[in-house]
Amino acid sequence: MVRLGAFLIGLFMAGWLMVSAGVTTYEMITEPAVETVEHKFHKYPKAVSFAHDGLFGKFDNVQLQRGYKVYAEVCAACHSLNQVAFRNLAEIGYSEDEVKAIAKAAAVPSINPETGEPATRPGIATDKLPSPYANETAARAANNNALPPDLSLMTKARGNGSAYVYSLLTGYQNVPAALPKENRPGQGLHYNPYFANLNIAMAAPLADGQVTFDDGSKNDVKAMAKDVSAFLTWTAEPKMTQRKSVGWAALIFLIIFTGLAYLSYRQVWAGKEH
Amino acid sequence: MSVAWANEYKPGGPLMQWVDERLPIPRLMYNAIGGGYEVPRNFNWFYNFGVLAGVALMVQIITGIVLAMHYNSSIDGAFNSVEHIMRNVNGGWFLRYAHMNGASFFFIVVYIHIFRGLYYGSYKAPREMVWLLGVTIFLLMMATGFMGYVLPWGQMSFWGAQVITGFFSAIPVVGEPLRQWILGGFAPDQAALTRFFSLHYLLPFVILGVIILHVWALHIPGSGNPTGVPVKTKEDTLPFHPYYTTKDGVGLGVYLLIFVVLTFFAPNFLGHPDNYIVANPLSTPAHIVPEWYYWPFYAILRAFTVDFLFIPAKLLGVLAMFGAIALLFFLPWLDTSPVRSGNYRPLFKKFFWFGLIPSIVILGYCGVMPAEGLYILLSQIAAAYYFAHFLIILPIISRIEKTLPLPNSITEAVTGKPALAAA
Repeated sequence: MVRLGAFLIGLFMAGWLMVSAGVTTYEMITEPAVETVEHKFHKYPKAVSFAHDGLFGKFDNVQLQRGYKVYAEVCAACHSLNQVAFRNLAEIGYSEDEVKAIAKAAAVPSINPETGEPATRPGIATDKLPSPYANETAARAANNNALPPDLSLMTKARGNGSAYVYSLLTGYQNVPAALPKENRPGQGLHYNPYFANLNIAMAAPLADGQVTFDDGSKNDVKAMAKDVSAFLTWTAEPKMTQRKSVGWAALIFLIIFTGLAYLSYRQVWAGKEH
Repeated sequence: MSVAWANEYKPGGPLMQWVDERLPIPRLMYNAIGGGYEVPRNFNWFYNFGVLAGVALMVQIITGIVLAMHYNSSIDGAFNSVEHIMRNVNGGWFLRYAHMNGASFFFIVVYIHIFRGLYYGSYKAPREMVWLLGVTIFLLMMATGFMGYVLPWGQMSFWGAQVITGFFSAIPVVGEPLRQWILGGFAPDQAALTRFFSLHYLLPFVILGVIILHVWALHIPGSGNPTGVPVKTKEDTLPFHPYYTTKDGVGLGVYLLIFVVLTFFAPNFLGHPDNYIVANPLSTPAHIVPEWYYWPFYAILRAFTVDFLFIPAKLLGVLAMFGAIALLFFLPWLDTSPVRSGNYRPLFKKFFWFGLIPSIVILGYCGVMPAEGLYILLSQIAAAYYFAHFLIILPIISRIEKTLPLPNSITEAVTGKPALAAA
């Protein structure tokens, strides 16, 4: 009974799937897939290397501080970084006093203790970095109905994220002549082939020489984009350096453990055919 | 298995004797995983994966219990609490990455364990109950894994929950009310998240309970082996300890090495970037993809594109997806060949390596690709083979196949010489 029932069900399943496969083949011939414009013009992130790449990679704190400066002077006008607290900046090499000074210069949302009305106060180290807008509605109202996303996790929220951010920031270009009319950037949009649908609401944010670094580092668009991409890699995964070093310790331990386990296995099994 | 020559438990000292007389747990352990359990001497490395699956479950339970101490199961707090674990909890990044990748590794070892069973005929009499309980564990794992993936409340969490609970709405008449009852609303929301968290915490312990039954059922007839020939004499076996404890130790070391490489050096390799974006019911991701361990079943679901009379294609897909696992429950009665091991079944072996394995690999690949054109066609052909393999091909080959001669005993297979007892 089981085998007869199974045979009939199997016959139906396999049979109907083959019929469906026939239908699919027919559709593929009669209506061949057309490559979408997005697919044709979209580009994968550029190849770019960072100090934190690879199995031994560590964050370069000097670069992260430059990246923070780019974020603070450019990106922070529209983008929040709401997973990061001022105290976290100590992890990229700022001293306690510097962290306190950075926090103090920021206006953190608060309430007026007398009236209960919304107000701001100078930040302290344990505050999160304040958002540029009070809420989503305010952010959209100021940005042609586009919402500037929070950047804390951006490099993990996109494939090959560090290179993606770098490519996006350096990828603004003139609209190619071959781009069909309906895919051309509309009002308030900008052509960028590294962005999923080619047209991004953010205008090219960086211009050569826009941010001046204290140490006189290069400040063309590419250099600043790279620094801020490195910084956003840190905001997305502040424990990366620690993760890799613990990983090596675990690997070395396990190699020794496995070696010893193998030797005791050989010892115990010596002379036993199996 | 208590064979005639199995060693009897002898308490190591007065304390153990005192305990053993009152509650024979030391005796139970000795007979289950100690020197009192006689195991075939010819296990190959594929027989390590049962123990590894147990280890993987324990890793999940231990990391999961600590994660639950810091997790906040509210739709406004879940995503941030996961980031809080990643940033502020001591060692939280390690616990979370180990738990995330641990789920994948649990599935990897269980899949290898299942295919080991499929190849060596471990599901055949007298071990059908072991197999049935194993398939039950697999189903429970899939439910647990799905609910766990919803908890971070990222984009894939939300939309995965939307798609997977949507399966139930394909059921005629009761489908939509059933879906709403499961979710506690019209879409995944606070009610769904809280209950998924509760069940995600419960089910691993249910799995643990079924594993105890699985091992219990295994110890009645005793373990199978790569030849499929039953144990006959003492020569055929070795005590579990120290022989297989040391061998499992090596397997565990290699397993943890691979686990550590992924967890520490590519922790997000098996994940989806979209899950680092907080859930947004108003923005559908371009491609909704489940976790890799569901890809073959997701491909089967999407392979049904044509309605059959009054049955909509979507319902067929859902039935087929569940059926693809449910048919495993009937496997012991579909494959009637008296020969267990694939090594002695030339025809079975061909269909296994050139039919079943490629079809599942193709289904897995199509499951992650967009549902269009060639990927649909490939998954239709592969899914047709998958069903035909279990429901039609296996029953037929077990009838017509000319199997190779079996060795007289495990010892003979191992040493090439007839067993002493027979000589």
